[in-house]
Amino acid sequence: MLIKTPRRSDCLESEVTPETLYLNRRRFMQGAAFSAAATGLPAIAQADSARYANVEPSDAPAWFDKKLSQAKWEAITVKDEAITPFPDATHYNNFYEFGPDKGDPARHAQQLVTEPWVVTVDGEVAKPGKYSIEDLVSEAALEERIYRLRCVEAWSMVIPWLGVPLAEVIRRLEPTGSAKYVRFETLVRPDQMPGVRTGFSLIDWPYVEGLRMDEAMHPLSLMAVGMYGRVLPEQNGAPLRLVVPWKYGFKSIKSIVRISFVSEQPATTWQTMAPQEYGFYANVNPDVSHPRWSQARERRLPGSLFSPNVRKTEMFNGYADEVSGLYAGMDLKKDY
Amino acid sequence: MRYPWWRLLLFVCVASVPCYWLYLATAAALGPDPGKVLVDNLGQGALILLLCSLAMTPLRSLTGWSGWIVFRRQLGLWALGYAVLHLIAYLYFLLGLDFSGFAAELVDRPYIAVGAIALLGLSVLAATSTRWSMRKLGKRWKKLHRVVFPTLLVVLLHMLWVVRSDAGRWSLYASIAAVLLIARIPAVQRGLAEVHAKWRRAAISKKPENNR
Repeated sequence: MLIKTPRRSDCLESEVTPETLYLNRRRFMQGAAFSAAATGLPAIAQADSARYANVEPSDAPAWFDKKLSQAKWEAITVKDEAITPFPDATHYNNFYEFGPDKGDPARHAQQLVTEPWVVTVDGEVAKPGKYSIEDLVSEAALEERIYRLRCVEAWSMVIPWLGVPLAEVIRRLEPTGSAKYVRFETLVRPDQMPGVRTGFSLIDWPYVEGLRMDEAMHPLSLMAVGMYGRVLPEQNGAPLRLVVPWKYGFKSIKSIVRISFVSEQPATTWQTMAPQEYGFYANVNPDVSHPRWSQARERRLPGSLFSPNVRKTEMFNGYADEVSGLYAGMDLKKDY
Repeated sequence: MRYPWWRLLLFVCVASVPCYWLYLATAAALGPDPGKVLVDNLGQGALILLLCSLAMTPLRSLTGWSGWIVFRRQLGLWALGYAVLHLIAYLYFLLGLDFSGFAAELVDRPYIAVGAIALLGLSVLAATSTRWSMRKLGKRWKKLHRVVFPTLLVVLLHMLWVVRSDAGRWSLYASIAAVLLIARIPAVQRGLAEVHAKWRRAAISKKPENNR
């Protein structure tokens, strides 16, 4: 199947950032570079955070700043949808390693040490080994992709991610012919993760997720290293996370430390815990309810007291044109 | 009416909590999904009030102060009040007032059906909480009001089915509920009364004017 990924030049109609703001950003960047040079300090935190309001500045590794200066902005956008404000996207998270409440990740994830970070690549692959993030994403250009994010709990957001196509990462690692699935694993570091230390969580760590090979190679699958023009905040899965926009959010695994190419469908965390509630595919599907709640609608965040902002959920989260071909002939009510 | 000021104080305290939540929600202090927070808070608030209401009888046995019983009915009524607000918040924030969805949800989702049963139980208890009902029902009133125990279990089941991964808070409520249910076993009740009698005796013998 041929899928056209919009190029930079295709996005002129985008309403996400007015040109004046964009020009302001350039001026801001030049100013920042100048002042850094003038004071003789190493250039730090050149996050492109001026694009979005209320973005907390960050201290990014040098490779990130270098890639950011050549990033393809708005490579994929959403039409007529407002981007979720940065404070909401960073203070309303499910990241059970840091606690069960939505505010826990923002409270506790700052403890997470993300440098250095080692990703182990193993299984049916020609180039197994230990990789730094820089190694993994070095070939591809950084792209900004604005995606809808639909949580299985029936809320949703719109997030501007920064990352590289997962397909390009995988191609470089050269999986063998018997690699049918990709399995991902999240870091387990109890001394920095209060949710892992507690005895009340029902999750069997490490958190595991997986994709079928063709899903992983799909142009929409993104290996993200940043969002809102900066590096990923810890609570959003720093320093490396998956973003699969047509699937429920729990498939987009955070803080990845292992990528394995396997021949059998991997046992993933939620599917293993409650197979009647969460499937391996977990495609966003308004017609297949979670046994405990309907998936027909979603609350687009932020909502307020006066407008709960409830809207209809779209098949494949609105990405049906691009991805429905992956599931031709499958019964999505059975393979949910 | 006994202890009118204590009752008023309790009323003001319990009534002000949802007002405070509403204030936080309007001040955007409840995060990007204030509706969900309100639904959760009201539900847990109803459970806590139900547990408090059930703690009054054992507290009377333990301390001998009859004032606890005065709070029991008000706490029980508040539990229903919070539960009704919880339902309204659910309909408004989570269903977006789409009632076509509600009928389907009631049939399809066991936890919503279970919640409806719990609400029915609380309503029956509230409707028969007046002095008139007590007189009218006589001995049967006590029997009827034992419905509160299965209602509590149904409420806990309702919450357990909503929990996604973390059972910590649920376990806390469930253990408190277990303690309160154990306290109603006749032998335990007698034990509590005895503990109270012992305390009283000890207190009396400690007072110097009682030393002969």
